[in-house]
Amino acid sequence: MFFYLLRRLLTAIPTMFVIVTIAFFLIRVAPGGPFNQERGLSPEIKANLEAQFGLNDPLWLQYWNYLKNLLHGDFGPSYNLPDFTVAELFSEGLKVSIPLGLSALIVALLLGGTLGIIAALNQNKSGDYAVIAVATAGSTIPTFVIAPIIQLLFGLTWKLLPVGGWGGGAFINMVGPVLTLALPQMAIVARLMRGSMIESLRSHHIRTARAMGLSDWSVVVKHALRGAVLPIVSYAGPAAAALLTGSIVVETIFAIPGVGRYFVQAALNRDYTLVMGTVVVIALFTIVFNLIVDIMYAVVDPRVRYD
Amino acid sequence: MSTPETVLAVNDLRVRFRTLDGVVDAVKGINLRVGAGETVAIVGESGSGKSQTMMAAMRLLASNGEATGSVDYRGRNLLTLSKSGLNEVRGRKITMIFQEPMTSLDPLYTIGNQLIEPIQRHRKLGASAAREEALKLLRLVKIPDPERRMKSYPYEMSGGQRQRVMIAMALANDPDILIADEPTTALDVTIQAQILTLLAELQRKLGMAIVFITHDLGIVRRFADRVYVMRQGEVVEEGATEAVFSAPNHAYTKMLLSAEPTGRKAPPSPNAPVLLEGRNVEVVFKIGGGFLAGDPMQLRAVDRINIALKKGQTIGIVGESGSGKSTLGRALLRLLPSEGGVRFENRDISKADRGEMRPLRRELQLVFQDPFGSLSPRMTVGQIITEGLLVHEPSLSRKQRDERACQALEEVGLDPFVRNRYPHEFSGGQRQRIAIARAMILKPKVVVLDEPTSALDRSVQKQIVELLRKLQKDHDLSYLFISHDLAVVRAMADYLIVMKQGKIVEEGMTDAIFDNPREEYTQTLMAAAMDPTKFRLSA
Repeated sequence: MFFYLLRRLLTAIPTMFVIVTIAFFLIRVAPGGPFNQERGLSPEIKANLEAQFGLNDPLWLQYWNYLKNLLHGDFGPSYNLPDFTVAELFSEGLKVSIPLGLSALIVALLLGGTLGIIAALNQNKSGDYAVIAVATAGSTIPTFVIAPIIQLLFGLTWKLLPVGGWGGGAFINMVGPVLTLALPQMAIVARLMRGSMIESLRSHHIRTARAMGLSDWSVVVKHALRGAVLPIVSYAGPAAAALLTGSIVVETIFAIPGVGRYFVQAALNRDYTLVMGTVVVIALFTIVFNLIVDIMYAVVDPRVRYD
Repeated sequence: MSTPETVLAVNDLRVRFRTLDGVVDAVKGINLRVGAGETVAIVGESGSGKSQTMMAAMRLLASNGEATGSVDYRGRNLLTLSKSGLNEVRGRKITMIFQEPMTSLDPLYTIGNQLIEPIQRHRKLGASAAREEALKLLRLVKIPDPERRMKSYPYEMSGGQRQRVMIAMALANDPDILIADEPTTALDVTIQAQILTLLAELQRKLGMAIVFITHDLGIVRRFADRVYVMRQGEVVEEGATEAVFSAPNHAYTKMLLSAEPTGRKAPPSPNAPVLLEGRNVEVVFKIGGGFLAGDPMQLRAVDRINIALKKGQTIGIVGESGSGKSTLGRALLRLLPSEGGVRFENRDISKADRGEMRPLRRELQLVFQDPFGSLSPRMTVGQIITEGLLVHEPSLSRKQRDERACQALEEVGLDPFVRNRYPHEFSGGQRQRIAIARAMILKPKVVVLDEPTSALDRSVQKQIVELLRKLQKDHDLSYLFISHDLAVVRAMADYLIVMKQGKIVEEGMTDAIFDNPREEYTQTLMAAAMDPTKFRLSA
């Protein structure tokens, strides 16, 4: 297991390198640059800025310098928010996005999982249809519809929750955005859970457990659920990477200072360093969460052995 | 012999399933009786309802199934008992083992954990007492090194050992009745014999009644006191085993009893040319390995085998699972990379690439074991059997292909009219006929038959064996007949190769080996498969 982890971490290095390289050159292929703004800068100022950030160097040299700095943990300055380095932007933003995303993930897994199990145990009965209906609604209604509805009902009509703002991460401020983020994920988890639980309940060893007269609790929770949870684990990895790196819709609607908005801003503004920072962060999260998924797999299923 | 006290009485049991095609009546009002300590067999072919009868009794029917009538266990109707009442009987008084030893244990828990659970559930025992009990059970079913096995997971054990664990679980609470649903069907013959002997011993020791659900008449004859013969959801005959076997009343029972394939194949003339020849054929699989993971493990599936198949000959290749017999068949057809020489019609094909092999493929055909998985469900029978013609005889017009399809279907005993239907509309035996037609339409010279009858009922097996023999005679075909079923091999093959762990253990004329097996392994195989009187249960 130790050597497996070591190997996985080592293979992550070339993966990151390839991702960084592709992203570096791709964003430069896009027309325009960080200082082509609508109200055009004077050519002298623009030239000065570009010289200051080394954008006049040959591309290979810029790439080389970026890699060198990256190895030292230096993501460079943001071109459009020059008061901050990319590292500062992310470290501030992730302090918001990670707790938000993590809460949403936990809510989605717990609620979605429970709903899925209830549906599976009542297959083709009313409980099942109710869960499927909620799940279908949850995955079809977009977040930019759900979020304003939550604001309207809980914030304005019933005055239970603040309409927006982060409030330093206060519980009450998190409820709305967490629900908004969690709802579509919960719907997916419920559907996955239902499917894999139905399959698990049909398996031969469940028949054995019933034939041995074991209690329903043991049959369902101990024997059926443990096997059924594996597809959820695989799904949770990429889902976690997506949730924890923020969402521009939720951040915009609830006025939350997360990292999701940087993705869009950076790409639109050709803010090369911020784009690269975004790519690195998402890639890193994806790699790490997939690794966690694989470890979880080995924990749940003794047949999975890494060596 | 006095009639023992009845412990299980099935009265007018009906089982029906609601399916998309309407209601299916699986069991149509049957009556059964099991006496204390008695061994009762329920025999029948697939679809006869024999398993569903006992599934209904244990309330283990699929969710679309429904049972009516009554199943009385010592005065309690299991069909109407409350869930908690039912669970006091299931696993305690009546237990069950199943056909699928590989999947009937929970893969995620240790053997110990799974054994201890029903013990603690039904008897108020502490953890350490239950553990002792579990160890005792593992010793009872003769699992070697039980202390260590308690910590093993099912995937670390063979099918035979898993079935032993299942038996241990089933006996954990000293039951009245053990229901054994085809408990040895999925196992190799030598393992089958061991499991059956074990069950017989345990019954003598513990005195429970056994209900054997099986299609294997050999097992019935060896073990059962009484037998029920089921067909299409009804009991067509019942009685003491000896009486039913010596004087069957019902036509169906007579048919079942005579379903063993008979006849022998005469060897080809001594100067028949060798068609397909393998010299030092070797297949090595690499397992694992990779970046930082070290060298891969090597598994020698076929270990330097020499074989020469003559025109008109049938070589039977027998061996247990994992012996490399299927791998050898595929290597000889060059469907797998192998070392050593392969010659077809005196031409070295061991180095032929895909393009060079393609024209030879029509002459070298393969028929698989699984008649359900080997036919594309989305193509009509006509499309399936003529697909090869598109490659090998592209000049044929659509009409000519259709004619060839009709011929091929007639040859395998199917109505040509069926060619516009889809595989799911056919039974296992009919599907295997379609698969054979698909090979025959190309007019091959060599056909590798990989367990072509193993998934079929005995009576259907016999028909397929007869069909294959007729086709061989009509077209002077050469067969490589791969099977673990010695009765079928004896009827099909004139030459026999016995394989074990990738090597040939023994080879020779079929009758010579059957009459006088030299190697110990062959003797074990023969004894396990053939000798119906070796084991006898309660007298």
